[in-house]
Amino acid sequence: MSSTGDDRTAARPRQRLRSLATLVAIAVVWEAAKILFALPSYQLPHLHEIAADFLREGAGGERWLSIMALNAGYTALESLIGFALGGVAGLVLAIGFAQSRWLERGLLPYVVASQTVPILAIAPMVVVWLGTSWFSKAVIAAYLTFFPVTVNMSRGLRAVDPDALALMRALAASPRQIFFKLRFPASLPYLFTALRLSATASVIGAIVGELPVGSRFGMGVVIINAAQYYNWRPANLWAAILVSALIGIAFYHAVAAIERRTIGWARAVPAI
Amino acid sequence: MAAPIIELTAVDKTFESRAGATEALRAISLAVEAGEFVSIIGPSGCGKSSLLRIVGDLVQPSAGTVRVNGKSARQARLDRDYGIVFQTPVLYEWRTVLENVKLPLELAGRPRGERERRPPTLLRLVGLEEFAGHHPWQLSGGMQQRVSIARALALNPSILLMDEPFGALDEMTRERLNQELLQVCAETAATVLFVTHSIAEAVFLSSRIVVMSPRPGHIDRIVTVDLPHPRVDKTRALPRFFELVTEVRQSLREDPRLAAGREGQDGPGAR
Repeated sequence: MSSTGDDRTAARPRQRLRSLATLVAIAVVWEAAKILFALPSYQLPHLHEIAADFLREGAGGERWLSIMALNAGYTALESLIGFALGGVAGLVLAIGFAQSRWLERGLLPYVVASQTVPILAIAPMVVVWLGTSWFSKAVIAAYLTFFPVTVNMSRGLRAVDPDALALMRALAASPRQIFFKLRFPASLPYLFTALRLSATASVIGAIVGELPVGSRFGMGVVIINAAQYYNWRPANLWAAILVSALIGIAFYHAVAAIERRTIGWARAVPAI
Repeated sequence: MAAPIIELTAVDKTFESRAGATEALRAISLAVEAGEFVSIIGPSGCGKSSLLRIVGDLVQPSAGTVRVNGKSARQARLDRDYGIVFQTPVLYEWRTVLENVKLPLELAGRPRGERERRPPTLLRLVGLEEFAGHHPWQLSGGMQQRVSIARALALNPSILLMDEPFGALDEMTRERLNQELLQVCAETAATVLFVTHSIAEAVFLSSRIVVMSPRPGHIDRIVTVDLPHPRVDKTRALPRFFELVTEVRQSLREDPRLAAGREGQDGPGAR
């Protein structure tokens, strides 16, 4: 009812408190495990060691905080472009599938097959074909992004209430009107569910795309380097992992925020 | 007598499926005059909804002819002669109440002035002008169904097709909406074809009641309702009201296939 909106805003500070409590709990478990199992730092560094790594100066005299920020920016941008490319491609495929069973039967097996091939095997080939620039990374990100959108959206476009369609028919609506005034808006909750999945997948795609030799920037490059020097400075890899995760989380929340603004009418929008 | 606004002649309907053919309607002939309020009543599965959808060109008859306003049902649909109300409100939840009522005007490409003026008028007619900016889920079931009626009236249709519109509502809401519906119809002069499970509702609303037999549905009897207008709360207390309710109930029971222990279905949720 109309009070739901107020409940949601009232829930915000409580939600923040809950997130903070969760973080504290994770930190406690982390440090407790380190003491309990006597884990050395190369297995599990202290949290303050990871924090300190951001303040350490790198080889070029820059602090790691700014090195991480620069590379994270690269990865985020590649992910965003890949997300957009993949989202549009996925949407086009979904609309095609929803319009034509014939097209769906012909193409869907290949769409599914594309996702069973390990992305790690495909990434180097894409980099060979398209070069080591940001574009090849975005394409790899798009490769992971389009699939959830295609699957969910083609389902959403079909899952329209038969009476809602009968109403359109009774009002002599054109196919175009039926699509834009009924099918598309009705399937937006399906689209956003897919975009939430795609948001995190696109970051993974971009990072995997940065792993092959020849890339110069991005979290994938940072991770490869940190892994090489892991025994010497384990906290560096942990810091890189943390930053990579934060990009994914930020993407997810950005999609969720847009979802709340766009389809606030849908009762089933999750709180986070 | 003027030409009927709806004319069904020898309409049959058989649904084909993998499980075999189901005969839903047999030899339906019915003529409805302009301005009439005709209810179709019958047991579950007697094809009342199919009959309504055949009139609205949402389902094609297997045999027979349907003429609406002197043309084919398809042409009448393309000319937007119909307003339709389903058992569920079928409101688009991404649209506000006002935008839902506006939908038919948008689809018909009516000029902007009409698109802006008409919906608030319609919402006033069903008593929901304060809820124009609400989303459907913020309204009760009865209010949602009133929005759905306002939407059905948006293009000023000559025929209103109503498929158990109040079947999912509680008895009190249903009675209130029955009365509101009659007021709305009096103002719009639409001809109404109304499918229902409720005998009392049919008697209260109708000028004629079409009583249908179980599957394959055919018309058993047509009861003419001679209750005075306007129909108000007191109408339900008239002796004639009870006589008519009994008459319709008897007609439903007389069918030998129904007589086997089945009570008259005049409560909600008989589905």
